[in-house]
Amino acid sequence: MTDGAGSNLDKLRLVAALHSILPPQAVIHDTEALRPYECDGLSAYRQTPLVAVLPENQDQVVQIMQLCHRYEIPVVARGAATGLSGGALPLADGLLLSLAKFNRILDIDPVARTARVEPGVRNLAISEAVASMGLYYAPDPSSQIACTIGGNVAENSGGVHCLKYGMTVHNILQLKIVTMEGELLTIGSQSLDTPGYDLLALLTGSEGMLGVVIEVTVKLLPVPQRAQVMLAAFDDVERAATAVGEIIAAGIIPSGLEMMDGLALRAAEDFVHAGYPTDAAAILLCEVDGTNEEVSAAAMRIRDLLRAQGAVEVRTARNDAERISFWKGRKNAFPAVGRIAPDYYCMDGTVPRKRLAEVLTTIGRLSSEYGLPVANVFHAGDGNLHPLILYDANQPGELMCAEELGAEILELCVRVGGTITGEHGVGHEKLHQMCVQFTSAELEQFRALKKAFDPLGLLNPGKAIPQPRHCSEYRTLGREVLTAPGSREGSPP
Amino acid sequence: MSREFDNTIELQQAVISAVAQSRPLNLTGGNSKAFYGGEIQGAPLALGSHSGVVNYEPKELVLTARAGTPLQEIEAVLAQQKQMLAFEPPHFGDNATLGGTIACGLSGPRRPYAGSARDFVLGVRIINGKGEILRFGGEVMKNVAGYDVSRLMCGAMGTLGILLDISLKVLPMPQTEITLVQERSPAQAISVVNGFASLPLPITAACYDGLKLYLRLSGEPEAVAAGRNLVGGSTTPEGNRIWFDIREHQHAFFDSGQPLWRLSLPAHTAPIELPGKQLIDWGGAQRWLVSDAPAATIRQAAEGRGGHATLFRNARNRNEVFHPLTGSLNSLHLQLKRAFDPKAIFNPGRLYPDF
Repeated sequence: MTDGAGSNLDKLRLVAALHSILPPQAVIHDTEALRPYECDGLSAYRQTPLVAVLPENQDQVVQIMQLCHRYEIPVVARGAATGLSGGALPLADGLLLSLAKFNRILDIDPVARTARVEPGVRNLAISEAVASMGLYYAPDPSSQIACTIGGNVAENSGGVHCLKYGMTVHNILQLKIVTMEGELLTIGSQSLDTPGYDLLALLTGSEGMLGVVIEVTVKLLPVPQRAQVMLAAFDDVERAATAVGEIIAAGIIPSGLEMMDGLALRAAEDFVHAGYPTDAAAILLCEVDGTNEEVSAAAMRIRDLLRAQGAVEVRTARNDAERISFWKGRKNAFPAVGRIAPDYYCMDGTVPRKRLAEVLTTIGRLSSEYGLPVANVFHAGDGNLHPLILYDANQPGELMCAEELGAEILELCVRVGGTITGEHGVGHEKLHQMCVQFTSAELEQFRALKKAFDPLGLLNPGKAIPQPRHCSEYRTLGREVLTAPGSREGSPP
Repeated sequence: MSREFDNTIELQQAVISAVAQSRPLNLTGGNSKAFYGGEIQGAPLALGSHSGVVNYEPKELVLTARAGTPLQEIEAVLAQQKQMLAFEPPHFGDNATLGGTIACGLSGPRRPYAGSARDFVLGVRIINGKGEILRFGGEVMKNVAGYDVSRLMCGAMGTLGILLDISLKVLPMPQTEITLVQERSPAQAISVVNGFASLPLPITAACYDGLKLYLRLSGEPEAVAAGRNLVGGSTTPEGNRIWFDIREHQHAFFDSGQPLWRLSLPAHTAPIELPGKQLIDWGGAQRWLVSDAPAATIRQAAEGRGGHATLFRNARNRNEVFHPLTGSLNSLHLQLKRAFDPKAIFNPGRLYPDF
């Protein structure tokens, strides 16, 4: 399970050693008490850790890491555990490092437009704390009420405003990390760049495999003067996709550009009554923000474009209440879909937008083949697709069937020139698909890179980057896709 | 398009033979930034012939080009579709290539408002130090599969691998751009420009030449007009020209044979007293200093304020161009270098003397 790392300390002695670092209530080792830590947001995978710890200061984290390094105990860091790829799935012989107590905002500098926060601070809490200064933190993953900034860094989280404002990597300045060896390092700086390699970019999205983030300095932006959202209904998905391209070709970068297909929008409408046109094949939500003048000018142009692209209906939110209502359906799309089936499995591929219509058609065909409905929610502006596969875990074999369908969808994304994950991470979930997206040499380069940070392979081992054995097993399964034209293994450069 | 040629196989062979002979290579694109960084003892390997735009999808906001493609050519292709490289890269010569631009990781006046070169890198194809051709990232905006090797290449000065192809996010050109000028003291300039940055204004560049604060406003004509009323100041006959001059170091400030330092600082840092003259760009976050003061003095001044200093041009000692790395960070760099280039053949000494 831990790919070569073997613990040299039995559980009792480990707990005793941890008690010398932490107060008794911060060391959890009883099997029942460990239950809440057995999974993250991808609850299909569960594993109780050997022990869980809840440190509350940097010094304790350093000591815990040194201890684990000395006795070669694997470590999995965990924030709010809202991740959707099993990246915080514990290891049976490993320590789970919860950063939940690191929940303080350490410093807000309105002049520098930065906030220095601990990793357990919730994403939305940052924007709330600086709202009175007219500032906010831009990345807004759908889980922003609950997810924490440390996890956002580990996953390079996005949100609905990525196209204009970027992902986590574009919105942070500095990290403090503790290495597996227990050393405290500062990555990045309070300035816009730092000498040497861009370790800040490398750490962001590294899924907790290179270091444990214990402090983050984020950039804050001025709250736009105004935001205006439009809703356009289409009777054809392809037309909706074309309209997205036309808006961008016209030189407009909307702050949000989201698409929902018929199944997703009807589920959302039934759930939150956002006023969506339920007979549409797809809707687009397009938001522009900026100064009053900018927004007025862009909104008029977008309205005309949407109509010219064959939208059957275009609505403009008349006030903030209506704007919130338009977004409410989109932000609640996942739970809304959750209401129409006992379980759903959320995918996260990215595709070049021009291939969207083709991808959706193929997903539709796969959906009928597997006999499982798929609802599609789409960050249309940046090509990030979230197909939601509906299934019933209580029906024997349905989970496996949903996973197979999910794998086919992700491999389809790779085939059309996209990627298996736009923002949820590889985690435990998509290890197989990494063998499809990357060649053996590329995966070996990733492993060499990890070794530079963690020579013993103790930090979140077994996630994100598959071992060679793993890929050869997957490839010998003889999956059709691996020999299909999209496969890159062994193909000429 | 001027030249289009896929030189991948020849470059790979050159690397494989260099590895076999443990022979270091000095990677050159258009040679426009040869002045930048440490001196390299290595056999020259010209990358400029690996050239041409491979894919450009204006509606996807993505461009992929071979590393040897001239920057001028890329900007011309984008301009036809009214798009641009939003990090506004300096060329420092007509021969500047995309590969050199990304390897040096340099960005122009728009950087604090739009993002840096690395912010716009979506994917790369490289040759690593084992002679393997590897691809990371891709042509899509959002991609978190595997470590972000693409962005790691940006600013690595070619020490981790040869860039073959680079995919970038591109952005629409603004419809209108104006430059407003106001007389300010150094302290006022820093404070005014940081105050503006906290407000939703369409500012896309801000510099200060010691007397005057220059602010560029970009966007929809209506937004620029409204912003102008809030920002104040007057336009001049030179208009937007100053941004080109500063970006390319063609402004009179840069006419000097003395060492030119680049100080990267938190934007709101109060003016720093150092021997020599200064020009403030990036809304306060990048300060150019022409000075004969000792390196240690300048580096201490920057470091003490949360920044660092690079000896950008006219270095007396080219082993001290980049701000030194301390203990553990230095060993981490050595480990990373080894992970990509185990035989240390790529640009040894260009970034730091010990790798």
